[in-house]
Amino acid sequence: MTAVEDRPDTDASSAKEIGRDRRRKEDQRLITGRTRWTDNIALPGMLHLAMVRSPFAHAKIVSIDTEAAKAADNVVTVLTGADLGEAQGVCINAWAITTEQVTPTHVPMPTDRVAFAGETVAVVVARTMAAARDAAELVDVEYDELPAALDLKKSAADEVLAHPDLGTNKSAFWKFDSEEAGTGGNVDQAIEKARGDGIVIEREYRQQRLIPAFMEPRSTVVDPTGEQITMWSATQIPHILRFALAATTGVPESKIRVIAPDVGGGFGGKLQQTPEEMITFAVARRLGKPVKYTETRSESLMTAHHGRDQWQKLTLSAEKDGTVTGLKVELTADLGAYVSLVGGGVPVLGAFMFNAIYKFPAYQFNCQTVLTNKTWTDAYRGAGRPEATYAIERLMDELAAEVGVDPLVVREKNWITHEEFPFTTVAGLEYDTGNYEAATEKAKASFGYDELRAEQQRRREAGDRVQLGIGVSTFTEMCGLAPSRVLGSLNYGAGGWEYASVRMLATGKVEITTGTSAHGQGHETAFSQIVADRLGVAFEDVEILHGDTQISHRGLDTYGSRSLVVGGEALVRAADKVIEKAKPIAAHLLEASVDDIEFSAGRFGVRGTDQGLAMAEIAMAAFAAHNLPDGVEPSLDSDATYDPVNFNYPHGTHLCAMEVDTETGGVLMRKYTCVDDIGTVINPMIVEGQVHGGLAQGIAQALWEEAVYDDSGTLVSGSFVDYLLPTSADTISFDVQHNSTASTTNTLGTKGVGEAGTIASTPAVVNAVVDAVRHLGINDIQMPCTPERVWRAIHDVRGSGTTDTEGAAMPHFDESTGMQGTTDRTDGANQ
Amino acid sequence: MIPTQFEYLAPTSVDEALAALAEHGDEAKVIAGGQSLLPVLRMRLNAPEVVIDLGGIEALRGVREDGDALVIGAMTTHHAVLHDALVGEHAALLVKAEHQLADAQIRHRGTIGGALAHADPAGDLGAPALALGAEFVIAGPGGTRTVPADEFFVDLFETAIAEGELLTEIRVPKHTGWGAHYEKFVRVAHQWPIVAVAAAVRVEGGTIAEARVGLTNMGSTPLRARSVEEALVGQPATEDAVASAAARAAEGTNPPSDLNGAADYRTHLAQVLTRRAVLAAAGA
Ligand SMILES: Cc1cc2nc3c(=O)[nH]c(=O)nc-3n(C[C@H](O)[C@H](O)[C@H](O)COP(=O)(O)OP(=O)(O)OC[C@H]3O[C@@H](n4cnc5c(N)ncnc54)[C@H](O)[C@@H]3O)c2cc1C
Repeated sequence: MTAVEDRPDTDASSAKEIGRDRRRKEDQRLITGRTRWTDNIALPGMLHLAMVRSPFAHAKIVSIDTEAAKAADNVVTVLTGADLGEAQGVCINAWAITTEQVTPTHVPMPTDRVAFAGETVAVVVARTMAAARDAAELVDVEYDELPAALDLKKSAADEVLAHPDLGTNKSAFWKFDSEEAGTGGNVDQAIEKARGDGIVIEREYRQQRLIPAFMEPRSTVVDPTGEQITMWSATQIPHILRFALAATTGVPESKIRVIAPDVGGGFGGKLQQTPEEMITFAVARRLGKPVKYTETRSESLMTAHHGRDQWQKLTLSAEKDGTVTGLKVELTADLGAYVSLVGGGVPVLGAFMFNAIYKFPAYQFNCQTVLTNKTWTDAYRGAGRPEATYAIERLMDELAAEVGVDPLVVREKNWITHEEFPFTTVAGLEYDTGNYEAATEKAKASFGYDELRAEQQRRREAGDRVQLGIGVSTFTEMCGLAPSRVLGSLNYGAGGWEYASVRMLATGKVEITTGTSAHGQGHETAFSQIVADRLGVAFEDVEILHGDTQISHRGLDTYGSRSLVVGGEALVRAADKVIEKAKPIAAHLLEASVDDIEFSAGRFGVRGTDQGLAMAEIAMAAFAAHNLPDGVEPSLDSDATYDPVNFNYPHGTHLCAMEVDTETGGVLMRKYTCVDDIGTVINPMIVEGQVHGGLAQGIAQALWEEAVYDDSGTLVSGSFVDYLLPTSADTISFDVQHNSTASTTNTLGTKGVGEAGTIASTPAVVNAVVDAVRHLGINDIQMPCTPERVWRAIHDVRGSGTTDTEGAAMPHFDESTGMQGTTDRTDGANQ
Repeated sequence: MIPTQFEYLAPTSVDEALAALAEHGDEAKVIAGGQSLLPVLRMRLNAPEVVIDLGGIEALRGVREDGDALVIGAMTTHHAVLHDALVGEHAALLVKAEHQLADAQIRHRGTIGGALAHADPAGDLGAPALALGAEFVIAGPGGTRTVPADEFFVDLFETAIAEGELLTEIRVPKHTGWGAHYEKFVRVAHQWPIVAVAAAVRVEGGTIAEARVGLTNMGSTPLRARSVEEALVGQPATEDAVASAAARAAEGTNPPSDLNGAADYRTHLAQVLTRRAVLAAAGA
């Protein structure tokens, strides 16, 4: 792209760090826990909070009696929403996807009505965490239960209202039509034509509700005792959080400092302005004392935002030979009880991705977002794109089955060939680079595709109890969020730029500030590698500072695989400014003309001579400022704010072999190969970690994870006994490879990798499971593909494989013998 | 979450423990490895005022022989049982089950006595204990009594251990030379079984001479599949013969329906897993 052309290139000799398997410098402190996790922070006089939460999905709050709790030992006070009033602010929705969007006001602690089980109605403040928890059980809340809107489809039909005052559960309807947008043809005509002389595939897929389940539960500490109010929070978005705090509480932004210290995972789950953060902020301000709130795992599973939860109605049209002619998508998306920070924007992020790598001439996307009385939903690793990828990659397998060819054959027939880049899609995006053919060839060879197909055939013919299935997913995604103008056109409340600064210290060390906010990704290592190469300094001499609005004052944080492709570009540009600022100083000291100064491998040399000065020497000279050219400021420090010109489009071919025990329905992964194109790789080891974790999460959606509510709106899968997170014992060794084509949207040629594995793997796994039993007449199994669902698909007369999950947990910890438990439904949510 | 406050007692003998139980009555709870009790306390499903830790009673640990039986102290950890040579030789079925019980960390803390006293119908040790005809030695204020496995499991989380009593030993009749297998069906590793089948068989010249089959999670207690056992005796250890006996596995069961499967699915699993367990135990 033009913006990057006339800037200094990293010449090959100085690329010592990029591409190197550096061990992550942050790991020792993160793994040993000897670091500043928010919950490790203890301030003098700090008080502790416990939330009193609603056990009901929907109820009127009749009364709240806090007297007994207030009288308990070590309790300082108990506050309700009425006590805090407007000081608690509101939780904002930053992305109203339409101007008519119906958005219930989200007060952190409601005073009149609760809208989901787990919503906070009172907060206990005590001198110890234990005292706060004990006293929370003494708060007596009287509720008047209301009918709850739980089932997504029924809620979309307004059978029961999640918020009676709004008159409807329908929050917003968002549509993209290629004919209207001028990016393609009329989809209804394409489908009509195919009904006559082609193929029409119609399917309805379920994206089950998922829980991000980050390792570190959310925790917030607020210290109101300085000139600024400081909030430490386990968040992905310190900058956005500061904005939201200021915008909704009336405290000036300049009086708020938000720090995201080390944060233990997020996966989108900490991309939120939470009620708990708002309550903690309000309590600290009210009492004038530092306070801390750390959630329990049960609270985390129940109340931290969930992800996915859609019904996808899909219609694909094609010619008889499998050439696609149209795709129509009708989504119903569950928002939960409130429209969260990004909220309805998550399905919209998928709107441009259903057409994926295929050349659809006509495309239409419709999405209805719906309010229910369940935990709110928002971004979860991939956010919108896994849903889209799942739908299209499942459909391409169905199309192949209909045409009667190998799934890779229909894909190849329809995908964009590598000569066709840059390619403008039917959704209006311009894909910069990629090579689907090469990635696929490499994946097939490494996977042993033909051999596994032959084995599958043998097993089918022999009628083996254990059948083999092969699943394909040739995914792409859009990441690197995001060009600010595009976000503006989508009515998003902010931009998508990123910021970085370089501070050259007198001693030759380099401090980098970045507006991205790492929470496990390894930015400190990868960014140091980039800077070391760019400035020609040692890796060890670079320090990455982030996650503090006073240190890194500008930024839009970390999500949407943006940190490297957007934040990294800002970093490169800031570093290049340092070089440009250093050149006149070097020229002056070397008594040469600026035009003769060349910068290479950390040294400013005079062309045609062996004279030169190292970056550190210039930094010292700038610091001393004794001998600088006239009019040159005594500083090399530089910064840059970069607004991306385009999204970023990693892609890859994922191949999965699954064994299905047709007797029990049990499934077992046999082999998983992926060849991803993520452009230039900065640190292969970190990338491999991102891919492994991403794959595990995507596979988990296919096979294990599901947030289940019972008929009264209680989260049944409320602990890890019932919400099945895989461990390393459940996954196999993945075969992870790359086929890189450099991105042209950023200087280093990088593409995002944080979400790729999750986006790609889910359909690969489900395609493999379905493929294993397709010859038995099965063409779908609802996620997660539990053994029971697989078994029912095979054995039931109905053959649906989509039985509703039973709404009951396994009772391993019920203590029905012995004495009465102290817990009743009122504080049941507080465990 | 953290437990409510309690007083902590650490007796060093069974008598001391019984005295503490007598003194505190239903306000006390004993703790063995804590792997089931601590979650209960942390989730505040129970809030005892006194917790009596059996960890200091050395007499409750270890495995010894007593004639035709092995005697396993209630406080013997899963890990110790798993690696005990006597258990391996005379009660291989227990080893097979222990091997698949939870994960290494939990096996190092959790105890065989605690697991059996907790009586989770999905616990992995009840079915093997039943199948092997174990006896439970229970100490109380009035002395010691021995309860056969068939009478030990009363209901969901309920055993023959009465208030004020302690499980001290598990006596397991030796099944030397028997083939054994524990077939556990789970969705992820380290999970309680959806259904599991414990099988021990004695094969003589290709024919099943004796068989013991226990079922996990097919009712509110572990169950013994007696009709399968009867049908197996005298049969050749072949797939067909075992399958037809295994078809009776769900007789008299009352499996639960939950997130991992409805009752009819569990019924089906019980039959398939019984066939697999018996065949594996028979070495077929
Ligand atoms: C994550 C996790 C996974 C697990 N997975 C499995 C699994 O796959 N399969 C499985 O079978 N189990 C599993 N368990 C449970 C494990 O087996 C426990 O070790 C066992 O259930 C309890 O043993 P304990 O020694 O820890 O007993 P504790 O937790 O200390 O006690 C359990 C109960 O028994 C009572 N008790 C203990 N000892 C005695 C005694 N001597 N006399 C009278 N009462 C007594 C206690 O009062 C308490 O009510 C799992 C546990 C966890 C935490």
